[in-house]
Amino acid sequence: MTENEAKRQSFYDIAVVGAGHAGCEAALAAARLGFRTVIFTVSADSIAMMPCNPNVGGSSKGHLVREVDALGGEMGRNIDRAFIQSKMLNESTGSAVHSLRAQADKRRYSQKMREVLENTPGLFIKQAEVSELLFENDGSIAGVRTLSGWEYRCRAVILCTGTYLRSRCVYGEVSEATGPNGLKAATHLSSSLEAAGIRLLRFKTGTPARVDGRTIDYSRMEEQKGDEQITPFSFENTAEALERPQVSCWLTYTTEETHEIIRANIDRSPLFSGAIRGTGPRYCPSIEDKVVKFPEKARHQLFLEPEGLYTHEMYISGMSSSLPEDVQHAMIHSVPGLEKAEIVRNAYAIMYDCLDPAQLKPSLELKTISGLFSAGQSNGSSGYEEAAAQGLIAGINAARKLKGEAPLILDRSEAYIGVLIDDLVTKDNTEPYRMMTSRAEYRLLLRQDNADLRLTEYGYEAGLISEERYQAFLRKKEQIKSEIERVRNTYVGTGEEVQAFLERHGSTPLKSGASLEELIRRPELGYECLAEIDPGRPIYPREVYEQVEISVKYEGYIRRQMQQVEQFKKLEKKLLPEDIRYEDVGSLRLEAIQKLNRFRPRSIGQAQRIAGVSPADIAVLLVYLEQQKRKHTGHGER
Amino acid sequence: MSDVIAAISSGLVQSGIGIVRVSGDEAAAVCDKVVSLKGMRLRDAEPNRFHYAHITEGGRILDEAMVVFLKAPHSYTAENTVEIQCHGGPYLMKQVLGAVLRAGARPAEPGEFTKRAFLNGRLDLSQAEAVMSLIRSENEFAREMAMRQLRGGVSAVLQEIRRKLLHRAAGIEAALDDPEHYTPEEMTEGLEAELTGWLVQLKDMADTFDNGKMIAEGIPTAIIGRPNVGKSSLLNALLGEDRAIVTDTPGTTRDTLEERLRLGPMTLLISDTAGIRETQDKIEQIGVDRAEKKARESDLLLLVTDGSRPLTKEDRALLESTKEKKRLILVNKCDLPPAKGTDWQKSAGKNPVIHISARTGQGLSKLREAIETLYDYGEITQKPLVVTSLRHKLLLEEAQASLREAQKSMAAGIPEDLITIDLMAAYRSLGLILGEETSDDLIDAVFRDFCMGK
Repeated sequence: MTENEAKRQSFYDIAVVGAGHAGCEAALAAARLGFRTVIFTVSADSIAMMPCNPNVGGSSKGHLVREVDALGGEMGRNIDRAFIQSKMLNESTGSAVHSLRAQADKRRYSQKMREVLENTPGLFIKQAEVSELLFENDGSIAGVRTLSGWEYRCRAVILCTGTYLRSRCVYGEVSEATGPNGLKAATHLSSSLEAAGIRLLRFKTGTPARVDGRTIDYSRMEEQKGDEQITPFSFENTAEALERPQVSCWLTYTTEETHEIIRANIDRSPLFSGAIRGTGPRYCPSIEDKVVKFPEKARHQLFLEPEGLYTHEMYISGMSSSLPEDVQHAMIHSVPGLEKAEIVRNAYAIMYDCLDPAQLKPSLELKTISGLFSAGQSNGSSGYEEAAAQGLIAGINAARKLKGEAPLILDRSEAYIGVLIDDLVTKDNTEPYRMMTSRAEYRLLLRQDNADLRLTEYGYEAGLISEERYQAFLRKKEQIKSEIERVRNTYVGTGEEVQAFLERHGSTPLKSGASLEELIRRPELGYECLAEIDPGRPIYPREVYEQVEISVKYEGYIRRQMQQVEQFKKLEKKLLPEDIRYEDVGSLRLEAIQKLNRFRPRSIGQAQRIAGVSPADIAVLLVYLEQQKRKHTGHGER
Repeated sequence: MSDVIAAISSGLVQSGIGIVRVSGDEAAAVCDKVVSLKGMRLRDAEPNRFHYAHITEGGRILDEAMVVFLKAPHSYTAENTVEIQCHGGPYLMKQVLGAVLRAGARPAEPGEFTKRAFLNGRLDLSQAEAVMSLIRSENEFAREMAMRQLRGGVSAVLQEIRRKLLHRAAGIEAALDDPEHYTPEEMTEGLEAELTGWLVQLKDMADTFDNGKMIAEGIPTAIIGRPNVGKSSLLNALLGEDRAIVTDTPGTTRDTLEERLRLGPMTLLISDTAGIRETQDKIEQIGVDRAEKKARESDLLLLVTDGSRPLTKEDRALLESTKEKKRLILVNKCDLPPAKGTDWQKSAGKNPVIHISARTGQGLSKLREAIETLYDYGEITQKPLVVTSLRHKLLLEEAQASLREAQKSMAAGIPEDLITIDLMAAYRSLGLILGEETSDDLIDAVFRDFCMGK
């Protein structure tokens, strides 16, 4: 027996609690940056499990995955390994909101992620329930203790507990103390967190039923195929390399009968009996919520999505519910194509504890406990992608903390990840937070197509992007730049060929010469079609062409946003001292003092976004900062 | 980099000289768009010296002024600063400030000059507390004022437009966030017509600014005319018609620069009344120059002629030089036999001609009616939608600009996700008028108005 075993103690640098989408990214980042990392899961077979929808990406979530990839995270690469359908959404609208979504083979996604974890040096998986946090005398984190009493001493802990903390699954009169998919709940850690002075919230979310695909009548549904031309999530991959047969999803609708069944049984919803407490996400309303809230809608869309190639199970997207089993049966059978469907798993609502994210710094470290980080649903977000994005940032920042480096903080003008984290730590969140394009005020700059251009540099600096990939990125950047230069300075004359071309595209003929840039800007033309009258065009990858087209076409809008960003950055850079006492500032309104104390913002910019802090309060703070600065530097009088 | 801010720094009271202060890195460049110096640009002019200049907008001269360019750090804010010293009087000062703001400055926040002065090290440490308390108190005062200036009807209409704007934007956002439920096309159906409607509403409202403000504050008026046509008697007659003189005791008017004169329900602010009386005593040389100057300083001109005599060269010159102004042609002495062969209406062009007798009081009620018509008095007072704050007017203009941008984008087939950016910009501008916070409105509206999600 070794000494360690006798003490029932082991030593790591970083411990990650939970192996969902946040936990995997956090642990991978930590280990890849050279730290001995342990990752805990209640079941080693549920690593990177997708307990709800069988897809990754979608509107604005696709952006997050792209950004995770650009920073050197794993989610993009992993969905590229596991997708069974690829689709670019919003293609009819502007490029800023094009959004990639892929249907996943759930088991393959989980297996592939596990392989990556297992093959990462310095990363170790433990199946155990973490029940307690351990602290140093100065209050900073010292490690975790598992239910069995083993202590894992480390210098940073990242909580990625998902929906497992004191979780409870409910449908109808059934209420079980389990985590998602019937997995074991984590019932002990919450009290340890509370004992450490951490405020917890009680949130809820839900998932729809799964049915047996063999019992579905697809002839009564509309087929939803993937794109012919697939798009990889990872900037490392090419479409050609990922070619594979795709499977379809199926569209059907609820009926008046479905709504009748729901209305007749609404009083049997656990929401009415009070069995469900906690706030659900507005983005994923249950079908009963939709029917009650939008009585004028005669039908609601339902998508049948395959859970994977390994199974007949189909996920009924749009029908999340916590109604009793018999009601679920009746309403599913009232849907065209599902009349005879055999239900594999019932829909359920799940309630769980999460941290009030107002307690976090933008680095995702807790303000009050040095070395304790938190990411994902345990921060009150919802969704795999939101979780992965936070996990990656928490992993990077835990590693940087141990190295004594400043944290990586992306701001709202740089990434959806920046918007996500800033919203979490700056707003009063009363429901699970889902990313949405409308949350990103600079979304024209934050496109999924340019995530690499925005973030590869950060990933490289952080140490998660290989030299080879970085060099490729620099080449791409250079190509875009030189091609924009070229179209700006290449003029086409009023020759017959040009005029005929314009006429064919319904475009006004030229009176005098024009640059290619000007022509690209015409709504009816674009970079691609101009190839015909642009013989000098160099051969570059498609992604380069795409960037040129977007940069030229929306230049006016892009420039306007860049100007706004410039203003925005000024206040982001004005940092507030961590120990500032707002009570002592004077001339701040009482409400402002309370809010500032609750959120303890990092910068003036963040302070400005807190509801209840007025422009006048900000002006007062600026004057106060200057006063303090002069006091300390002794340049008080002039 | 500091952006350019501007405000009237001498206070909005009747005074000899009013100062519009403009501060920020590009203060001179902004002012160059409205300040015309002889033969050079302000930014090239010798700093810290007064220069004579015309303040112009759209080719129109608003005022003559003395302008000084104070180069950083030698100014109150320690930034590049331009101070425009123009003729005092709220009307003219607001005109000049408005021109500077349209040229690219933004209105200074309450206490902002002082804030900048402190941040730039111009005020010493001991003054910090005072600066902070000044910022707070000025903001509270300004908020209260803004609320008072916002009449009930205006806020109701703005709220309604905002509600609809938000609903539109939320619809587009819902389609972007949940493209399988909604399409952007269905969400923008009929939007063009709606945009046009909002633009008309906002424009009408902004247009009430000048008239509405003047009804509230008084119409800056000048009485002009060659000597001996009866200007002074007209003034006396007007004063006599209604003794409710708001300022000053009768009899001391000789020394005041401005007289508040109640004409029925309206108030005229007659400037330079001392001047008008003086003219009785002197053999004067009031030529076109002086009339032009007066015309610039006022919104309404009462051009007086003598109906008992034929038009003189001087009359014609006055008629010609003021033809761009809002004016009434008053043909005085209608109690005397009219001069033969003078077609007054023809010489007045499209301006109303009113025959009066300052001596007998004949025609004065017609004069009042004519002024009411000129200022849409009936219309304005029945419309509750009167905008009286310059800041509100500017925000209304901003909102219109955003909506026009949205219109342009729609016409050019620009994608819907960019159009919501303009819609929300207009939404925010209108929100600033109402003093409403806007941060999460859009998301809330998306969920409230649309059935979203999986």
